[in-house]
Amino acid sequence: MSVVKQAGAGILDRVVYDDDIVIKFLYATLFWGAAAFLVGLLAALQLAFWPANLEIDWLTFGRIRPLHTNAAIFAFGGNIIFAGIYHSTQRLLKTRNFSDMLSNIHFWGWQLIIVGALITLPLGYTMSKEYAELEWPLDIGIAVIWVVFAVNFFGTIAVRRVKHLYVAIWFYIATIITVAMLHIVNSIEIPVAFLKSYPVYAGVQDALVQWWYGHNAVAFFLTTPFLGLMYYYVPKAANRPIYSYKLSIIHFWSLVFIYIWAGPHHLLNTALPDWAQTIGMVFSLMLWAPSWGGMINGLLTLRGAWHRLRTDPIIKFLAVAVTFYGMSTFEGPLLSIKSVSSLAHYTDWIIGHVHGGTLGWNGFLTFGIIYYLVPKLWKTKIYSVKLENWHFWTGLLGILLYYISMWASGITQGLMWQAIGENGQLVYPDFIETVMRIVPLYWVRFIGGSLFLTGFLMLLYNVWMTIKLAPKRDKEDVREIAPLSADVTDIGTGHRKLEALGLVFTVLLFISVIVGSVIEILPTLSIYKYLPSSEKTEPYTPLELAGRDIYIKEGCYVCHSQMIRKLPFDVLRYGPNSTIAESMYDRPFQWGSKRTGPDLARVGGKYPDMWHLRHMINPRDITPKSIMPSYSWQAVKKIDYHILRKKFSVMKMLGVPYTEDEVVNADINAEKEAAVIYEGLLEQDPSLKSIKDTEIIALIAYLQSLGQKTTTVEEVSTSNK
Amino acid sequence: MNIIFLTLGVSIAIAVSFLFAFIWAARNGQYDDLETPGHRMLLDDDDETEKTNKNKTEDRDS
Repeated sequence: MSVVKQAGAGILDRVVYDDDIVIKFLYATLFWGAAAFLVGLLAALQLAFWPANLEIDWLTFGRIRPLHTNAAIFAFGGNIIFAGIYHSTQRLLKTRNFSDMLSNIHFWGWQLIIVGALITLPLGYTMSKEYAELEWPLDIGIAVIWVVFAVNFFGTIAVRRVKHLYVAIWFYIATIITVAMLHIVNSIEIPVAFLKSYPVYAGVQDALVQWWYGHNAVAFFLTTPFLGLMYYYVPKAANRPIYSYKLSIIHFWSLVFIYIWAGPHHLLNTALPDWAQTIGMVFSLMLWAPSWGGMINGLLTLRGAWHRLRTDPIIKFLAVAVTFYGMSTFEGPLLSIKSVSSLAHYTDWIIGHVHGGTLGWNGFLTFGIIYYLVPKLWKTKIYSVKLENWHFWTGLLGILLYYISMWASGITQGLMWQAIGENGQLVYPDFIETVMRIVPLYWVRFIGGSLFLTGFLMLLYNVWMTIKLAPKRDKEDVREIAPLSADVTDIGTGHRKLEALGLVFTVLLFISVIVGSVIEILPTLSIYKYLPSSEKTEPYTPLELAGRDIYIKEGCYVCHSQMIRKLPFDVLRYGPNSTIAESMYDRPFQWGSKRTGPDLARVGGKYPDMWHLRHMINPRDITPKSIMPSYSWQAVKKIDYHILRKKFSVMKMLGVPYTEDEVVNADINAEKEAAVIYEGLLEQDPSLKSIKDTEIIALIAYLQSLGQKTTTVEEVSTSNK
Repeated sequence: MNIIFLTLGVSIAIAVSFLFAFIWAARNGQYDDLETPGHRMLLDDDDETEKTNKNKTEDRDS
């Protein structure tokens, strides 16, 4: 600890802030930002021009889309959050971070997790739960590192030299507590192998937990920490106090109380019970008010400094970021209205909405902070203000092209899906028609993304040159700060540290009590009870389960939903609406959130096996204009029969009604099933000998089972006494 | 849908923890003064070096 008591002066502590950790996280932000944007651009290109995946399995859209979202949120977003928190908290609390060792464990641990994601996601190791795709060893790593961060942060609060906790600190506290809870609850899973596990929740339950998590990941990873950063860096950059401190307090508390209930708006018109949907919708609408409290507060902080919008790119970045926050938090409640959702859900409108928030709010706020931080940390001026301006305009143009093209694409395709002619038939019955119409907009989006990345490269160059030309950093920049109270001068050494541990202990205890009770009550909660007795669902056969895991591995859920909504045009196109009984054994659930391709909930039995084989190997043999990747390797890679016994035993443990016999013979039964499909295909085409026991056989078995596992049985007549 | 009890329970637990935090903050005198904290955070020793040139941030573009 570099905080030392100055014997002579008596009342002042000599403090050195730890800016090395800030710089580490800053560098990580720049590095992973470039990676996240580049992967995003590749994904965007693949939607416009599918061969951009080079027909390599780990470069296909289903694999790299999760990589892009994870890198953007947790690597780019995460690292700037940590950089900003470590920088601003020390200054707001007038103390060095609680422990340098914890700071460094936090830093290296987080980078290690990112590298783990970078390796496992392209290889297809995924939970398929959006923004929670990482498999169980990495999930444990995240929990551990997050606790390290929490201890360090609450420890810093405990040894602070300012009694008052500025509003930014409150936003950080909410982030740390809630993200810990969300991550742990959503990630409870039973391992099958080193990088394979099944969630304890199934079907609708998994869907609800996932979107409770998913929405709050947006709320407590992309909103509250960034609002905290806004409350520190906007006043600092503008050199004006926040417009209304009172408003900041009111909107903080209302935001944290309301946000946690909004998750079900991701599942509107689905098989989720209506009352749960309505709760999600109502709370989402309520969120508009506190969100705009934050926006108004941020923007009006610039009152009296508006002239600097003309000259200071930092103010431009921050003002535009807050404006995008306002737009996104207006659009979000709008999209949460059931009728609007029926048009927008599964379309590119949602993609546009998300990127307005991430590129505009998170991205531009981050860039503003970086341009503010770098000269501050190196005590110099930025290399080129002109280049900052170029970055601003290039990036803004990029965002607008992205946002507008996705609005146009989403609304166009949504309206085409809905269109019903006078004869009561779909106007565009072929899904591919609705895809071809929006492909030009995918090119526009690609151009928008390229511009955004170009702007970011300008930032990299500008920062690089600034640091290169800066004088050597003074690492022992001592400040003299009055201690919190006169009677406690042994800060950081004696009982203040013990008190600090007390606070940390309380917080950790709270988290562990909740987690403990969750795990205890879980077994009863995860069992399916809420089902009509008239519906009977068969669990998956061994081969179907093997195929299902291949479906998950390839990321099929990224582009195909398995949820026919209770909407006339969905029913006309795909068949009767999905029920919760149909996905009762689905671990993880595969309802999906986007329809780049058609819904697959009832694709089973619709086409012959040979159709699926040809379609998977080259979709354009069946649908000439298809933008789906070719999955030719599936006809080469062999099915892992051996692991099926283990998979079945885990499923049985989780409550799937498999008999002991079925578990023990899972692998043998799967081989028998595969042989039937293989011989059927061989009969039609004797040249297919090589596909024996390959993944494609299992995938066909799974696809043919979709919508076929649930039967409606006659209710036993109650009058029959 | 019994999973609702889990998410409900955790959500309420989080909300209750925030409620206690709020009560603590109010009792601790955190909100007795809603004017100066906004100003005080600007008076940072980071800007110490800039005090000789108060308009530095104003004309950083020049």
